[in-house]
Amino acid sequence: MVVETEKLFAPGHNACPGCGVPIGINAILDVAGRNTIVCSPTGCLETFTSPYGASNWEIPWIHSLFENAPAVASGIKAALEYEEREDINVIVIGGDGATFDIGFGSLSGMLDREENILYICYDNEAYMNTGIQRSSATPFGATTTTTPAGGSSFGERFRKKDMIEIARAHQIEYVASATIAYPRDLKNKVKKGLAAKGPAYIHLIIPCNLGWGIEPEKTVHFSRLLVETALFPLVEYENGTLIGVRKLKKLLPVEEYLKSQGRFAHLYKDDNKNVIKEIQQIADENVRKYGLLDSDNE
Amino acid sequence: MNSAVKDTSILQGSVAIAETVLAASPGVIAVYPITPQTHIVEHLSKLIAQRNLNNKYLTVDSEFSAASVVLGAAATGVRSYTASASQGLLLMTEVIFNMAGTRLPGVFTAVNRSLSPPINIQVDHQDTMTLRDSGIIQLYVENIQEAIDTHIQIFKIAEHQQVLLPAMVCMDGWILSHAYEPVTLWKEEAVQEFLPEFDPVYRLDPQKPLTYGALTDDDKIMEFKFMVHEALVGSKEIVKSVALEFKEKFGNYHGDLVEENMIEDADIILVAMGSIAGTIKAALPELRKSGKKVGLLKIRAYRPFPDQEIRQALSKARVAIVLDRSLSCSVGGPLAGDIKYCLHNQDGTRVVNYIISLGGREVYPETIYKIVDETEKKLADDAIDDKPVFWDLNKDLL
Amino acid sequence: MLKLNIGGITEAGLSKKNKTGNWSYFIPVVDVSRCNGCGICEQFCPESCVEIKEKLCIVNEYYCKGCQICCFECPQEAITMKEKGGAVT
Repeated sequence: MVVETEKLFAPGHNACPGCGVPIGINAILDVAGRNTIVCSPTGCLETFTSPYGASNWEIPWIHSLFENAPAVASGIKAALEYEEREDINVIVIGGDGATFDIGFGSLSGMLDREENILYICYDNEAYMNTGIQRSSATPFGATTTTTPAGGSSFGERFRKKDMIEIARAHQIEYVASATIAYPRDLKNKVKKGLAAKGPAYIHLIIPCNLGWGIEPEKTVHFSRLLVETALFPLVEYENGTLIGVRKLKKLLPVEEYLKSQGRFAHLYKDDNKNVIKEIQQIADENVRKYGLLDSDNE
Repeated sequence: MNSAVKDTSILQGSVAIAETVLAASPGVIAVYPITPQTHIVEHLSKLIAQRNLNNKYLTVDSEFSAASVVLGAAATGVRSYTASASQGLLLMTEVIFNMAGTRLPGVFTAVNRSLSPPINIQVDHQDTMTLRDSGIIQLYVENIQEAIDTHIQIFKIAEHQQVLLPAMVCMDGWILSHAYEPVTLWKEEAVQEFLPEFDPVYRLDPQKPLTYGALTDDDKIMEFKFMVHEALVGSKEIVKSVALEFKEKFGNYHGDLVEENMIEDADIILVAMGSIAGTIKAALPELRKSGKKVGLLKIRAYRPFPDQEIRQALSKARVAIVLDRSLSCSVGGPLAGDIKYCLHNQDGTRVVNYIISLGGREVYPETIYKIVDETEKKLADDAIDDKPVFWDLNKDLL
Repeated sequence: MLKLNIGGITEAGLSKKNKTGNWSYFIPVVDVSRCNGCGICEQFCPESCVEIKEKLCIVNEYYCKGCQICCFECPQEAITMKEKGGAVT
């Protein structure tokens, strides 16, 4: 039956069954609370949460355009500060398309202006809302409709843009990566992001079961595999210094992650085995860079 | 009315506008430089720093972001402002459509400048013309005093609860932004009294959560767009009433939607917007002395489009010479097009369209004399056609 | 029909009337003998339709889209899917 719920992200939304994004949003809003304004660019989240007359946001929420969510949030924050209501959280929750590509300039400007805004990128590694087209968040070797595997193509040719490094290069107070399989970790990071006096950036990677070609029930499972194969290390930077890394007790080979995803199925043809090797190299590089397997005594 | 005067002095247009905008005190000002509006935002920055004010001044990464900051601030219920020109206005276009549709009033100063290519910084109206379909209010001003007075009025118009639309004061680049004229600045208290506090119908507020920017299906979109159209049409009354209220408090009046000059008995009526209207006013006495019955219809409000006022003003003239400082490729001047549209069923008045002064080519009273002469000759030879005339085209360059 | 507000602005939380449970042919069934109320299902449900009440998992069928994340993630394997009005899968 229709519920009276305390959830700030109400049920009844139009997300695909098994979509990981609501899982992330629930965790974020649990921490942020009612005294929050969220701004989203165009994307999956915006589309499934805001049909006219059936919005599931229980807090004030604004969708303007695709490329300007950080700038709109800046306007909101400036207005709140002018009215001396700085206690209200302003959070931008935008997809990888908006963050990595079309809204990149706007994001850079916002980080540069040192505004007290938390930017959370929910990254499902492609323009999923429009039907799985490649973004600069699409990982090396993945097939999308605009980087389809077949013939001379093995899928996405370019490496995933490193938004953690880019955010860090803006010299902001707090940068972190998180994923839905570790909700407590995500919530802690959101808390820290909100507590920062200036801008904070959280990169939240979320599997898309439709776009990645996985069963809906395994959305959280694949989010865990991303971390356990070192393809997506969970890290935290404060003022540019690495202050937290989720170390791995056991490192899984990337094939554990790749083999059951529809978008990587073509890698198991003979011509493409070297792509798997390259992806393993990306993971190995992460292990080295962040000391993911180092014992805590080192 | 004198008590509202702060001082009268010779000021650069940009400086006068900056002082006026600050008197209106927008809580959030977004800034991105582009010639020829930059002096306005530079001066605003200086004043805010010198006077230690708490208006928020954001230097942003592009005009897209500048307009978006204005959008966000307006959505939060705070008066907001930015200025731009030319390419910057084009970049703001998407946001301005969004603001008009979402009914978010932000005030823009558009310092008219030609569009690239070729890159050039001189004046024409092409930049603001590209926004004419968006739902934004556009008031064109003739001189610096009118620019000052209109900036005050436009906050009141845009923020009116029955309007709630983005609004733009269009002033010719260089001619009005960089020239010096003797002008009167108004006291901050008088401006603050004139402008009610910004109190929008909706705002982003955790006390009363709302969702902005919803997704809609075809069963609602026509109606939605119609509502924006109706709001803009309805704003005509507010433009008129605010002009009268301003006259009462400050004493100045520049017309409301249009301004008529020597219209009553005119055979030939020149129709223009912006500073060219001033040049035409200077040409009228000589034309009248030579026996020509010429008048001027200055369009002050281009949007909302004053169709009734135009029909009435042009009804007795034999010909209307519409001077467009912009061009809709393959058609002609947009102002002439809009006028022809509204005169459609009105017999008698011919419309002659001149495309004039694109890229700031100088317009003198002599230019006006020649245009009137040429039109009279065409009228006599029954040679008026529908084609736009590109004034003063240098065939040697083509 | 909902009248249009100016600006296309709408009230919060109106989605609750949408019976997204209609999307699914299956509903989760909880084996109460196995469920220990750990709350992992609640944490990972995208529809916010799982609640732990008195240390037991309760699923709200009005909203459940049948994604089966709860079944897959439950450490006690206490949740299975049942066809609406039919067999257990």
